[in-house]
Amino acid sequence: MRTRPAARAGQYAALLAYLLFLALPLLWLLSTAFKSPRELGSLHPAWIPRHPTPANFRQALDEQPLLHAALNSLLVALTAAVVAVLLATPTAYVMARHRSVLSRAATGWVVFSQAFPFVLVIIPLFLVLKRLRLIDSLAGLTLVYVVWALPFALWMLVGHVRAVPAELEEAAAVDGAGRLRTLVSVTAPLLAPGIAATALFAFVTAWNEFFFALVLLKSPGKQTLPVVLTHFIGAEGAADLGPLAAAASLATLPPLAVFAVIQRRITGGLLAGAVKS
Amino acid sequence: MTSVAEARRPAVRAAGRRHGAWFLVLPALIPILGLSVGPLLYGVLLAFTDAQSGRTAPTAWTGALNFRDLLHDTLFWESFRIGLVWAAGVTVPQFLLALGLALLLDQDLRLRRLARVLAIVPWAMPEVVVGIIWRLVYHPDAGVLNETLHRLGLGSGRDWLSALSTALPAVIVVGVWAGLPQTTVALLAGLQNTPRELHEAAAVDGAGAWRRFRAVTWPALGPVALAVTALNLIWNLNSFALVYVLTNGGPGGRTRLPMLFAYEEAFRYGQFGYAAAMGCVLVAVVSVLLAVFLAGRLGAGRET
Repeated sequence: MRTRPAARAGQYAALLAYLLFLALPLLWLLSTAFKSPRELGSLHPAWIPRHPTPANFRQALDEQPLLHAALNSLLVALTAAVVAVLLATPTAYVMARHRSVLSRAATGWVVFSQAFPFVLVIIPLFLVLKRLRLIDSLAGLTLVYVVWALPFALWMLVGHVRAVPAELEEAAAVDGAGRLRTLVSVTAPLLAPGIAATALFAFVTAWNEFFFALVLLKSPGKQTLPVVLTHFIGAEGAADLGPLAAAASLATLPPLAVFAVIQRRITGGLLAGAVKS
Repeated sequence: MTSVAEARRPAVRAAGRRHGAWFLVLPALIPILGLSVGPLLYGVLLAFTDAQSGRTAPTAWTGALNFRDLLHDTLFWESFRIGLVWAAGVTVPQFLLALGLALLLDQDLRLRRLARVLAIVPWAMPEVVVGIIWRLVYHPDAGVLNETLHRLGLGSGRDWLSALSTALPAVIVVGVWAGLPQTTVALLAGLQNTPRELHEAAAVDGAGAWRRFRAVTWPALGPVALAVTALNLIWNLNSFALVYVLTNGGPGGRTRLPMLFAYEEAFRYGQFGYAAAMGCVLVAVVSVLLAVFLAGRLGAGRET
């Protein structure tokens, strides 16, 4: 359809405004991360640091156990992602192929669990994990993340299973393969990209999660990255801005890398599936 | 993806295969029942007790006492009111902006790909980092907002997050920023499901842009828009990390969302039963919104 030049110009102006709105706060983070203490104390902060320095990163690493926290996050997020996908794949398969009462109930639960306030769950979970001596333990947090990732993993995987033609499985069944056999040797390989995307998504949500980690982990050596990040903000809200910005930048790198890999799947498949399926 | 799904034949229904299904469902079902359905029910039970953390005396049933106390707890109602203002204040402008942007990105523009790639960033970031970024932007001395306003001659030295009058609006802006890309992408997906021919037919009939929007785009987008809005309202009502990092509920409780309030009751004052009752009230509100969402999905199902 033709668009008048004036309208076109307006469209580009709007798009530019959107890009600036998105990008400027991110650039400010980076800019602050590379500023010297003197420049941070200046009354007129500049967009581009005059003498960019990595000192804030060094100071951030000295002040808080960032690397240790990153390792904790990595361990928890990786384990949670792998376990969640292992548990979710067979279930998603059944949900996609059988429209039974069970799979309808499961779908309802998936939607509901995305919505309910965590506060109602966290108190009982806290009590249960305490009894199991899993408070202040990465294993306990991982367990919570697995269960927390399951509904969404199911949701994503069901969409991916439906995209695999059932005819292939029927052919395998005719050849005498059992259900498990069919799943493992016919469906799973075709699902691999979907499974990988789901695992990466579960990884990112666990890496970014804050509320459960805040409540369940007490000792500094056990805490995950988002919790440790908040230690840079003092009790009174005063913060050493340079190291704060440096640490925040570092914490963003892994999820950004993951999202760069699965970007197309996320924007295309996931949302279309989530809204339509 | 959808076309394949629609073309899919009815699932295999051999009787022998049914048993296998249960076996495959259990690995996910057991943890879900044990660690989310179970705790949810346990949480509802706790709401009717005087459970407290670290207490030696046994927990006793108190009936509806917690709920009666909640009814008279002005601080709770204040946080509830703030939660509603926050949820609506984020969701409504976010929806309008996202709708405009989705229509824009549906056009054949350069920079479109860049916009989509960049949109991933706030989405992929930990909420804690989003909060930190905006603390840096709003910072009274070293923040870029005050510096820009100063350069434009619009005053200076405001402490946006600590002033009673600006804290909630400032936090709401961050909420809009954080969720805007996600909402835009969802609406864009909805737009791209609208058949192109409808637009072309309307254009041939001489309908202007506004009429095409009213007659073609909006009706097709309706169910998606409703679903997105209901989900955003729910997520915002439940949000915690962003505001915890930005203001921790301050100043003077002006940004104390229900989740922050409940968190304090439970883990600072140890009032487990009382906080659980708050959780129940929130679940009730969320369930209403969820019913709207599901109705929207059903509507979407009918039309396709």
